[in-house]
Amino acid sequence: MVSDKGMRIKIGELKSDLGLFKDLEVSIGKVVSEEWLEEAGPTPFPTITDLRDWDLKLLQRYKPFYMPFCDLCCLCTFGKCDLTGDKRGACGLNMAGQQSRIVLLACCIGAATHISHARHLVDHLIEKFGRDHPIDVGGLSVEVEAPITRLVCGIKPKTLGDLEDVLGYLERELTRLLAATHTGQEESNLDFESKVFHAGMIDHVGLEIADVAQISALGFPKAEPEAPLADIGLGIVDSAKPVILVIGHNVPPAAEIVDYLMKNGLYGGVEVTGLCCTAHDVTRYNPKAKIIGPISWQLRFIRSGVADVIVVDEQCIRADTLIEAQKIKAPVIATSDVNCMGLPNRTRDEADRIVEDLVSGRQQGALILDPAKAAEVAVKTALLVAPKRMKFKALPDVSDIIEGARSCRKCDDCRRACPNDLPIREALAKALEGSLDALASLYDECVGCARCESACPINLPLHSFIVRAAERRLKEEKYKIRVGRGAIQDVEIRNVGSPIVLGEIPGVVAFVGCANYPKGGAEVAEMAIEFARRRYIVVASGCAAMSIAMHKDEEGKSPYEIFPGVFDAGGIVNVGSCVANAHIAGAAIKIASIFAKRRLRGNYEEIADYILNRVGAVGVAWGAMSQKAAAIASGFWRLGVPVIVGPHGLKYRRMLLGRKDKPEDWYVYDARTGEKVYVGPAPEHLFYAAETKEEAMVMIAKLCMRPNDTTKGRAIKLSHYIDLHKRFFGTMPDDIHLFVRTIADIPITMRDEVIKMLEEKGWKENIIPDPTLLPRLVRRRAGE
Amino acid sequence: MSKMSAARQTEPWQTAEIPGPKKALLITNPQIVSALIKRSKNPILIVGHRAAEIKLGSGTLIDYVIRLAEAAGLQVVSAPSIRSEFIRRGFTRVAGMPLVDIANRLTDPDWMGLDGKGQYDLALFIGFKYYVGWLILSGLKHFSRNLKTVSLDMYYQPHASWSFPNISHDEWEKNLEAIIGGLG
Repeated sequence: MVSDKGMRIKIGELKSDLGLFKDLEVSIGKVVSEEWLEEAGPTPFPTITDLRDWDLKLLQRYKPFYMPFCDLCCLCTFGKCDLTGDKRGACGLNMAGQQSRIVLLACCIGAATHISHARHLVDHLIEKFGRDHPIDVGGLSVEVEAPITRLVCGIKPKTLGDLEDVLGYLERELTRLLAATHTGQEESNLDFESKVFHAGMIDHVGLEIADVAQISALGFPKAEPEAPLADIGLGIVDSAKPVILVIGHNVPPAAEIVDYLMKNGLYGGVEVTGLCCTAHDVTRYNPKAKIIGPISWQLRFIRSGVADVIVVDEQCIRADTLIEAQKIKAPVIATSDVNCMGLPNRTRDEADRIVEDLVSGRQQGALILDPAKAAEVAVKTALLVAPKRMKFKALPDVSDIIEGARSCRKCDDCRRACPNDLPIREALAKALEGSLDALASLYDECVGCARCESACPINLPLHSFIVRAAERRLKEEKYKIRVGRGAIQDVEIRNVGSPIVLGEIPGVVAFVGCANYPKGGAEVAEMAIEFARRRYIVVASGCAAMSIAMHKDEEGKSPYEIFPGVFDAGGIVNVGSCVANAHIAGAAIKIASIFAKRRLRGNYEEIADYILNRVGAVGVAWGAMSQKAAAIASGFWRLGVPVIVGPHGLKYRRMLLGRKDKPEDWYVYDARTGEKVYVGPAPEHLFYAAETKEEAMVMIAKLCMRPNDTTKGRAIKLSHYIDLHKRFFGTMPDDIHLFVRTIADIPITMRDEVIKMLEEKGWKENIIPDPTLLPRLVRRRAGE
Repeated sequence: MSKMSAARQTEPWQTAEIPGPKKALLITNPQIVSALIKRSKNPILIVGHRAAEIKLGSGTLIDYVIRLAEAAGLQVVSAPSIRSEFIRRGFTRVAGMPLVDIANRLTDPDWMGLDGKGQYDLALFIGFKYYVGWLILSGLKHFSRNLKTVSLDMYYQPHASWSFPNISHDEWEKNLEAIIGGLG
């Protein structure tokens, strides 16, 4: 069996006729894979068109609905071109093509970011631990170590070195995808959409490579359901100590900071705090590190003046971090070549000289591309700067707020710039009357973007006003989060595979993504708790996992203290940072592989068909903001997992919507007979934006239904759907007849009212097939 | 809202939401809306969840919506979460449907409507978050060629065919009253 793996020979010293060679490394094409006996499927390392037929099947059912941000295309010098209505641009492209092209560009940006992140991590970890460092994400508990990579690439990586070959494939595909967006390439919106799916698929491989590498090499929790609890919240920092704040997604500098502190006996004396996914990963590295919160907490925490040194790596870092850090006199250390911040490159300078420049204020920051050196500089600087800074903060006094309110021009430009249309002017007016409550009440719904400040014609620091007004509550922000556990164990998959596929566990709901929430992060926690109580499996990652933590019950406990971290009914499972989303997709894939014994190796289409028809999983990205989130979502779409976003998610400009009123769209093959069988709109949509939390919750329950559900499973799923619909909408759903296949599907406690509705709709009983969209999986044709 | 200059009244409410060359005609006189509804062969009123939250006059926006729908005999599609509010007030000609679903159907030239009578030629929108309405109306502007759209919210929605300017609550209430009065 030939794999895509290369052979490398390393020779310390070689004398030959040509001379003396030292540290010679020879790389030879491909080698024979030795152990994996599983037969390869049809699409190992698929090209951008290999899975096009599968994509078009999905797109036939889930058609794009576009909502252009702009009537124009301005990507080349022919333009701007007005594409309104049925106009075409100078290149011949129409609006549908242009919108799908923009979606592809967004997904390429997202996938490039994760793949580049993975490349950096793998290169760094190979340099530190060697190419032969073994892949281990769960010891004996995890045999299928990299399900997405096995599925897509058809290889079974065993060492860090094996991951390099996969990265080479991803980088090739990404280049092809980006090429397709050039003027004069694709014209069909559906071909662009197929490529969007491809971008999502390779993004998922990139996620997996990154997280598998860091789990294996950095000693993160290895598929541990009872991973330790860590502190999260603005109120958890001991500000009497020097504080280092790490922001971003790429953990090596933060991990080196922990190592440096440990090695020098300083750990208890310095606080290591984090924002965004680096925070997740540094607590996976050492659970004594502390998480401040999701991305939206950047400005409010920096301005609080608690951080003495700010270390940034990459992704989702505010582009005004240096300006904000200057306000609180905190030096900044940039550590990534994709985020140099305009700072001088001090990588080759001695650490003590850099420290001297930062502490003296001669330089505001430094770019240090060596994580170990960056860590040393960060710690030494924090220790020296902290006594000088005295936690100098950039938050106003109450008298400043009153004065600001007095000078307010009442133009409403702040509100008109606010993504959530918050009534800032009105709240400021109340401050003038002596109450800060209205301003404080904006805090929960504020996404922390500070566009209000940029818009203010008299430069009032309005975001700071809100944060200052809510200061007392900030100090009370003290919660617990379960550290990201990484992969799901094979034994967990064996335990839940059957009840998920049969529908008896009503679904797997994954709360993922960023913190651009329409009404604050509490909504995510409320949804997660609701579905955990209903005995769904709740999975979380990234900012959403943090928002779930920032909630307390009457006893003061956070959801991670109340619900177990096991991948089972009623669990709330934090897998970790953005790149740990791979384990959510991986769990769906492993259900097909471990429970159903379907072949994984290069067998994408069959596994996606299995998941679409049998695994009741739904992703919820309630505050999705980034291009990375778009890429992650598109990876789930191709895999057959629907994704729900909050209302801001409409700004991705395209939904993938099914039409339940078109029966012809909802036929599958019965793999037993080859007959085409109507299975109802299950799942109804592939990408859907809900306006409210309540609408999302009803849709989550609905999208968990799958054609393969047993009657018992369907009855359980229907009972949740009907119950949530009644609770939030006050009525029975009017589409129950589309989901009842036999009388046995009807929840026993709702039998009378459902049967009445079925009679009104002229419902007829149908069979439950062995469902597939792939004719090649039909075992026996009708009539044979 | 404080009094705005005439120029600012016709800017998108969220300042960055600049649409492009084709922008909504301004409803300078509420009678324009009454006339559009009267002239329409098959109109539909689409109501967002905020209609049950927004206080207007002595009641809630949904009360005005119901009066409007009754005066014009309009079919209503509401956010599923507020359909029961219509029923509770005795108005039953309302279907609950997520916004993206109704919008998606309105782009389908073969869709025969909720009552099977054929395509809608006029869709009126009210009760939406600004950016939600902005995006949905954009989708319809570009992909629903035979449909005229009217935004009845209190902010200028450039992607509609017709829209109010940015107006105060008082003006909004007066305009809705005038539309309802004009349908009599």
